[in-house]
Amino acid sequence: MKILVAVKRVIDYNVQVRVKEDGTGVVTDNVKMSSNPPDDNAIEEAVKIKEAGKATEIIAITVGEEKSQETVRKALAVGADRGILIKTEGIVEPLAVAKALQKIVEKEKPDLVFMGKQAIDDDCNQTGQMLSALLNWPQATFASKIEIKDKTLEVTREIDEGLETIEINLPAIVTCDLRLNEPRYASLPNIMKSKKKPLEILTAADLGVDTTPRVQQIKVEEPPKRKAGIKVASVAELVSKLKNEAKVI
Amino acid sequence: MSVLLIAEHNNKEVRPFTLNAITAASQMDGDVHVILIGNNCGDVAKSLSEMPAVKKVLHAEAAHYENYLAENFSPLVVKVSENYSHIVSSANTFGKNLMPRIAANLDISQVSDITKVISADTFLRPIYAGNAFATVKSTDVKKCITIRPTSFEPCETSGGSAPIEKIDATEEFALSKFIKREEVKSDRPELGTARVVVSGGRGMQNGENFKLITDIADKLNAAIGASRAAVDAGYISNEHQVGQTGKVVVPDLYIAVGISGAIQHLAGMKESKIIVAINKDGEAPIFSVADYGLEADLFEALPQFLEELNKLNSIQK
Repeated sequence: MKILVAVKRVIDYNVQVRVKEDGTGVVTDNVKMSSNPPDDNAIEEAVKIKEAGKATEIIAITVGEEKSQETVRKALAVGADRGILIKTEGIVEPLAVAKALQKIVEKEKPDLVFMGKQAIDDDCNQTGQMLSALLNWPQATFASKIEIKDKTLEVTREIDEGLETIEINLPAIVTCDLRLNEPRYASLPNIMKSKKKPLEILTAADLGVDTTPRVQQIKVEEPPKRKAGIKVASVAELVSKLKNEAKVI
Repeated sequence: MSVLLIAEHNNKEVRPFTLNAITAASQMDGDVHVILIGNNCGDVAKSLSEMPAVKKVLHAEAAHYENYLAENFSPLVVKVSENYSHIVSSANTFGKNLMPRIAANLDISQVSDITKVISADTFLRPIYAGNAFATVKSTDVKKCITIRPTSFEPCETSGGSAPIEKIDATEEFALSKFIKREEVKSDRPELGTARVVVSGGRGMQNGENFKLITDIADKLNAAIGASRAAVDAGYISNEHQVGQTGKVVVPDLYIAVGISGAIQHLAGMKESKIIVAINKDGEAPIFSVADYGLEADLFEALPQFLEELNKLNSIQK
């Protein structure tokens, strides 16, 4: 079995994001970048499946600017066998990413495609579902448990009401929740080894995919600031304020 | 052109976020049609038709629509989409799972999780877990939109009499099968819609201590929340998690107990009307968003809090 794992380079989740003064976006210069957290779960799951002898090859892929190679290299250091970068400039919407991934899926013919359920930069939560629509494949989103059967997967999904279990035929798309597993760290020797693993670089144009945005970003603003609160000295004062001042209890 | 709203339901009742989505849809265009896809869900069709903001209900029934698989729902929505300018659903796990599948099939770049309708093609949406807000304009002819339920009021549920039009079902997608759903039953209000939420964090130290939170939640008719740290430590199950990777809540009153206030937790609760923080670390970031902060040991403060609540003549429900 061959597994394709899509990853994305985003601002590190511990960074306090700041909006640019001219309202054109958020500050990314000299800001720490990392792989999108649930994409780490996607890679981890693929590596675990390979270690269990159920997969033969893992391909890590990203769509983004030149520097996104770092994120593919990280996946290679954790256990992916080879990488692909589809080079693009500027904002690339999930629909365009899904179209680029579709071209690679048609060429590489993986049995499974994994990715994180959502990227923590644009918070769109679309790419996996869009890719499965374009391929007309089954989709299992927000996966917190994956069991590989003969020609199917049994997937437990995190939904608002609790948990849902579905069974989907392969090939299929799975988007991964943070609760799926505990991503490992790459060891130094594996980081060194990953530098020798093959990484193919293509452009969206090579694949015939138009990445022109369909949604114009007009402006980006800071969220409304909360007014400064007060510290209360006792529980009695707190309850009194909630009852008589805020009038919420 | 009209707006097509995809109803979320359980074949017996409309799920509450559908009401918020109807309000958002009616701000895009007054002619809101609701598509109801399900199995033996006639009662749901009737209650939708009674909502004054709904002008028409499209009702499709089939056994394979019982469990709302996106693979079964999306072909039908795509099929009826021709006469609509917008397709809308709520941005909860139902809509998040379904809408992108529809959008890709229609070659539309979806706009996710909007918090405000600025005009029929321009919307406000949070990015970076609510640390920034983007105003975006869709240039696609048709728009696929998911809405953040807590940012829109629920619509009226009675007084209307929209026609119900039966439509044909599409074929079953044979490659995906529903197995089971484990719903967490509770007498409490749902976390996503509760007027009051009391949340515990790592400071609770163990699962048993959540009893202190439960007692107060009982008194305030509140939902119980938790930080990711508390969930990961196994103190409480994950459907209670508030934050970027859990639920986004906007209650009238949010009480954070023993929660330091990591960025990802703040993303899920900082739009709450009144925020209370109880924490023994006076420097904890949670105090920066709290209207009322109490620097105290929660194991002393919570029993006192309950005692003070018991002294009150009345408590809002």
